[in-house]
Amino acid sequence: MKEILILSGKGGTGKTTITAAFACLAKNKVLADCDVDAADLHLLLSPEILEEHPFKSGVTAKVSKSVCTGCGTCADLCRFNAVTVDEHASIDPFSCEGCGVCEYFCPEKAIFLKDNLCGRWYVSRTRYGQMVHAALDIGEENSGKLVSLVKRQARDLAEQSATDWIIVDGPPGIGCPVIASLSGADMVLIVTEPTLSGIHDLKRVADLAKHFKTPACACINRWDLNRQMAKEVERECEAQAINVLGRIPFDEDVVNSLVKGVPLMEVSSGPAAVKIKQIWERLQKQF
Amino acid sequence: MHFEVVVPEADEEAADAAEIDPMKVAIASGKGGTGKTSVAVALALSAQGSVEFLDCDVEEPNAHFFLKPEIRLCEDISLEVPVVIQERCNYCGKCRDMCRFNAITVFGETIMTFPDMCHSCGGCFLVCPQEALEVGRRLIGTVELGTTGRGIGFVQGRLRIGEAMAPPLIRAVKARSTDSRTVIIDCPPGTSCPAMVAVRDADYCLLVTEPTPFGLHDLKIMTGVLKRLKVSHGVVLNRAGLGDDTLEHWCLDKGIPIHLKIPFSRKIAEAYAKGIPMTEVDKDLRDAFTRLILEIGK
Ligand code: SF4
Ligand code: SF4
Ligand code: SF4
Ligand code: SF4
Repeated sequence: MKEILILSGKGGTGKTTITAAFACLAKNKVLADCDVDAADLHLLLSPEILEEHPFKSGVTAKVSKSVCTGCGTCADLCRFNAVTVDEHASIDPFSCEGCGVCEYFCPEKAIFLKDNLCGRWYVSRTRYGQMVHAALDIGEENSGKLVSLVKRQARDLAEQSATDWIIVDGPPGIGCPVIASLSGADMVLIVTEPTLSGIHDLKRVADLAKHFKTPACACINRWDLNRQMAKEVERECEAQAINVLGRIPFDEDVVNSLVKGVPLMEVSSGPAAVKIKQIWERLQKQF
Repeated sequence: MHFEVVVPEADEEAADAAEIDPMKVAIASGKGGTGKTSVAVALALSAQGSVEFLDCDVEEPNAHFFLKPEIRLCEDISLEVPVVIQERCNYCGKCRDMCRFNAITVFGETIMTFPDMCHSCGGCFLVCPQEALEVGRRLIGTVELGTTGRGIGFVQGRLRIGEAMAPPLIRAVKARSTDSRTVIIDCPPGTSCPAMVAVRDADYCLLVTEPTPFGLHDLKIMTGVLKRLKVSHGVVLNRAGLGDDTLEHWCLDKGIPIHLKIPFSRKIAEAYAKGIPMTEVDKDLRDAFTRLILEIGK
């Protein structure tokens, strides 16, 4: 069983398009959408939800107004400026990190900590295999934890059904969720594009993969929008000892498939689809 | 640390003529790659009067590619984390019990801290009966300050590779704003904590999206966030014409203004790839952005 993680640094480089295409191409796999902040693999794979679970993480402080004397200790100690006190203390749930300092030191025991319901996670059936995905509630942090949870569930499923592949649509960026998604991945595929920021993000994701000792390879999406820059992306990959598995041309079929809400492979055998297929074949040979 | 924005005189006059109120405009999107940074840059270049650009997309700060600021100052930003003074510690475990982020463990006569997990809440320092903890620092990233050739004040944060906590760095970037007439905040993509920290207390938020089902899905989530934060908002539709019109109908239905439609153009995409702002290759677009700023100023 091999776990392939698809990352891109910033979003919008075509990461989900490629994951969905792999979903069609790979035989015998479990899919995981770890882009829990803005999950949209489900928009392409139309999952039928089999199980739904709450995701709880962390706590938020609450004040019992009737007990609070307005002494202000909590506001003085809170390092996150989450407390304002006039007659009574009140806590801004968006700023509260749930550290519990106010609860501990409140002389009146007027503060209690309440579990956060931060989102939900799902196990679903799609035409292409089972899929684990999640939706984080708005403004919640701890997406790293939810990413770990989605991955763990996907791995359990893959073990139970003895699949060959786990294909993971990774989160954007290089922060906590991406770090969480890297743990246990056998290979990272970096989807990049021939722009200055594309090169920049490629470096950062490559650094991160190296930091966590995960092998990485890359593909360049919409490479023909700037051939010069595409060459530079390739040079950068070479410098980082990353295999470039293929270059995908700009192809209107990609947008059209998004609008239709289906994986590219279902509606196109155009230039982009052909290239992605080739990339999948090469990717399998990386192991 | 003080930071002054250099404002060329001509701009000052133009601003007086236009009479716009000082305002903070956040540029956000539910997902990366919608052209958020391009729009933020175009706005900054089209605004009149003193302008400041805060790149709060600290995981991937990209606006500097387009604005090419001269960086004058670079500050390290760090969080306070506990460091144990071994001789003083009696392994009572109070600090471990206080810490809700599992950043301290005590077993037998061993105490260990995990600085990467620390949120810097200060709790352990407060509860330690032995004064056995002293303040150490964990570098979370840097804040860079500068000015662009056109006198736009520029601040950007850059998260250290391997660092997981973006919000404190975003707060540090915002804290360095000097409240110019127009403050443009390039927010991190997504709807989680970092995006909220960046978008908070903005006067207006422009949501950059695309006319695809992905775009609509993200837009719905983002408008939910902004409603809860009570930040007024409108839409900039990027790559208009490539998708369908479901999103426009949805906006119309919800009464969310679409301020600007940027057509998909190879010219813009190619300029972007080279780090050239779209307002430089399309004059009509530049006028449209100037109008956009005036419109949301009202
Ligand atoms: S410390 Fe307790 S009693 Fe004092 S203001 Fe805060 S909640 Fe109220
Ligand atoms: S739990 Fe921590 S962050 Fe939340 S209000 Fe109390 S002291 Fe502040
Ligand atoms: S609270 Fe202080 S004395 Fe007790 S284990 Fe922690 S560091 Fe040591
Ligand atoms: S400062 Fe807070 S988060 Fe950090 S180790 Fe101490 S108790 Fe834990």
